Amino acid sequence: MRDALGAVQSVLVLGGGSEIAGAIVDRLVGARCRTVVLAAREPDALDPTLDRLRAAGAATAEAVAFDALDPGSHQATIDAVFDRHGDIDMVIVAFGVLGDQATFDHDPVAAAEAASANYVGAVSASLVVADRFRRQGHGTLLVLSSVAGVRTRADNYVYGSTKAGLDAFAQGLGDALVGTGARVVVVRPGFVHTKMTEGRPPAPFSTTPDAVADAVMAGLAKGREVIWAPPVLVALFTVFRVLPRAVWRRVSAR
Amino acid sequence: MLARPHITEVSGWGRTAPTAADVRRPTSSTELRRALPTRSVRGLLARGLGRGYGDCAQNSGGTVVETTDVDAFTIHDADPADDTVLVTAEAGASIDRLLHALVPQGLFVPVTPGTRYVTVGGAVAADIHGKNHHRKGSWCQHVISLHLQLASGEVVEVGPERDPELFWATAGGMGLTGVVLDATFRCPRIASSRLLVDTDRAADLDEVLALMATGDHAYDYSVAWIDLMAGGKATGRSVLTRGRFATAEEASAATGADPLAYRAGVLAPAPPWVPDGLLNKLTVRAFNELWFRKAPVSRRDELQTIPTFFHPLDMVGGWNRMYGPAGFLQWQFVVPFGSERALRRIVEELSRAGCTSFLAVLKAFGDGDPGPLSFPAAGWTLALDIPTGVRGLGPLLDRLDELVASEGGRVYLAKDSRLRPELVPVMYPRLDAWREVRRRVDPEGRITSDLARRLRL
Ligand SMILES: Cc1cc2nc3c(=O)[nH]c(=O)nc-3n(C[C@H](O)[C@H](O)[C@H](O)COP(=O)(O)OP(=O)(O)OC[C@H]3O[C@@H](n4cnc5c(N)ncnc54)[C@H](O)[C@@H]3O)c2cc1C
Ligand SMILES: NC(=O)c1ccc[n+]([C@@H]2O[C@H](COP(=O)([O-])OP(=O)(O)OC[C@H]3O[C@@H](n4cnc5c(N)ncnc54)[C@H](OP(=O)(O)O)[C@@H]3O)[C@@H](O)[C@H]2O)c1
Repeated sequence: MRDALGAVQSVLVLGGGSEIAGAIVDRLVGARCRTVVLAAREPDALDPTLDRLRAAGAATAEAVAFDALDPGSHQATIDAVFDRHGDIDMVIVAFGVLGDQATFDHDPVAAAEAASANYVGAVSASLVVADRFRRQGHGTLLVLSSVAGVRTRADNYVYGSTKAGLDAFAQGLGDALVGTGARVVVVRPGFVHTKMTEGRPPAPFSTTPDAVADAVMAGLAKGREVIWAPPVLVALFTVFRVLPRAVWRRVSAR
Repeated sequence: MLARPHITEVSGWGRTAPTAADVRRPTSSTELRRALPTRSVRGLLARGLGRGYGDCAQNSGGTVVETTDVDAFTIHDADPADDTVLVTAEAGASIDRLLHALVPQGLFVPVTPGTRYVTVGGAVAADIHGKNHHRKGSWCQHVISLHLQLASGEVVEVGPERDPELFWATAGGMGLTGVVLDATFRCPRIASSRLLVDTDRAADLDEVLALMATGDHAYDYSVAWIDLMAGGKATGRSVLTRGRFATAEEASAATGADPLAYRAGVLAPAPPWVPDGLLNKLTVRAFNELWFRKAPVSRRDELQTIPTFFHPLDMVGGWNRMYGPAGFLQWQFVVPFGSERALRRIVEELSRAGCTSFLAVLKAFGDGDPGPLSFPAAGWTLALDIPTGVRGLGPLLDRLDELVASEGGRVYLAKDSRLRPELVPVMYPRLDAWREVRRRVDPEGRITSDLARRLRL
């Protein structure tokens, strides 16, 4: 169960290798979380992470196979986790690919695949989770969206558009779940230093997985529906969102 | 009750962590009884007026049966020489309704919490305590029998002499042994509806503890309000109010012809929507300051009404909304007498953390009863409201829980919303005995709650 301060006792991470999700899970385990399931394309690679989580106090830590690009498998994979562990208090939708816009420009199939993973995969997996949450009468779906989806930029609009879709989907799902005990929390990080962004020039207000995780924990304790990380971005993007296109093109060009 | 499921979110008084359940509200005891055995895979739970602060009256994904419309009660005939009168009340009868009937007849409830909006079922399930605990113990010590419906649907009568294990497992058992259908309890006589109250202002914690330790025995009712936002030398400054029911003659100045006249109303509902942060550090500090200055250094024999003395918070309807949408929690613990140093450390840490807390309540408990999960035990109990947004609140309370446990103390499950499950067996060392009784009457755990899930009861 989730407690009054937003701490949960069990968590499933879809995209279990994500560094941002990893930092969040560390904090969850540090608080109350005793059951951790990491769902990833290569579950075996997560053994060291599982050992670390057990050492930190997780009574149950396991990894299962999960591919965002195979929506047909999501129902069975996610149901199995819920059936095996009983209540899952939180599910984190953490998978995602950034890709390279220059490559996408010449490889539409690769672009479509990124869209499939980031958006299509999230839609199908989230709907399976929502159904389980409805049945158990509670649950928090934490969706890692991105400021890139708040206003898309010319230099990563494929990625940005997948996050825009994901963000809109998550908000709609959250509204649809009102009254069911389940809720959706949308996280909008800015540039975060992880393997996803390795080698890319950092954007202003770039941050770390630990800082994002701290912001998430604070937001969960306060019952927020949207969490910006770092929090300053909410002010910045309130302005960015309403800039005329021509101005935005200049502001966002790098 | 084959009606279509009525899925609704329910939460406790603190409005944190709501969960959804199929909420039923039977209108008769016959209908109430039909709820068990349940077919819901996530089980069933009884709920009263939802004044438990945390998740004790929630059952996510399962069935929740609200008893509030099953509220008939009978005041039994008694010999005028007896100093108590038996009352049998259905589970959903509230102390509010009982008082409206009892007080004009010269009777009171054996125990009342800080709000009169609790049901008899909730009073049993939390084995509630009041300002008279040092003298009269908790609610279930006044119960002579009750009807309990078990998970199987079977109805049993239990009492201190009749299946005492099950009776005491139900006292403070947070609804997890079965559904209380009704209870019969002793109500004391009163000669007026006024209390004769003495007030003492204490400059710090030492002073209030000393006043209570040396003087409580002379009063039927005693409680201190303590200002946790005061720091430094004023840490623990308090206002202690103690009293007893006045005789008809003593009360006559205030009551006129009818010494038992009783009126209790809600003066003002809290506005439906209050800006987040109305209760912030500044406003609360100012309120507490004012309240402390307003209290007399010492006043004797003041006549107060029942609502003023026992239920001041009930004067504002729905005040729990003032904490904003994120809600708040209440933390209440007891530590044994002799643990004053720990108590002081806790008060200091809370006041240093700057928790935006209206006055906290401090009281000296008398001995506990045999209920393995019953909260009260001889010692000091402190209760305070804290908004959930306070920085570092989780780790702070976790540390203080450890301290309470290491002193042989415990927190109150009816108010809990965040305890670490590992601490429950430490705080309630007879948890296993309680579990055994629960297994006997409900081997499959069909009666359950979010509290039970969270704390792995
Ligand atoms: C302002 C305020 C002041 C308070 N002051 C005090 C105080 O001074 N002392 C004190 O002891 N408590 C106090 N409380 C707590 C309150 O007395 C308890 O939580 C009480 O149990 C609430 O009763 P309820 O009818 O609202 O029950 P609910 O909150 O609806 O339920 C509480 C528990 O009782 C169980 N329950 C309810 N009905 C039944 C039934 N028919 N059969 C079996 N189980 C049942 C529920 O399952 C749940 O576990 C206070 C609460 C508030 C809001
Ligand atoms: N880093 C940032 O700047 C930033 C900013 C805003 C939002 N975000 C979002 O935050 C989330 C986590 O990102 P991160 O920074 O933690 O990056 P990360 O460490 O690279 O994590 C992304 C994870 O997604 C997984 N993944 C990719 N495709 C998958 C698929 N088809 N099926 C299953 N899993 C798949 C990856 O698995 P493998 O290990 O198998 O590759 C990887 O573990 C992402 O959704 C990202 O878009 C990141």
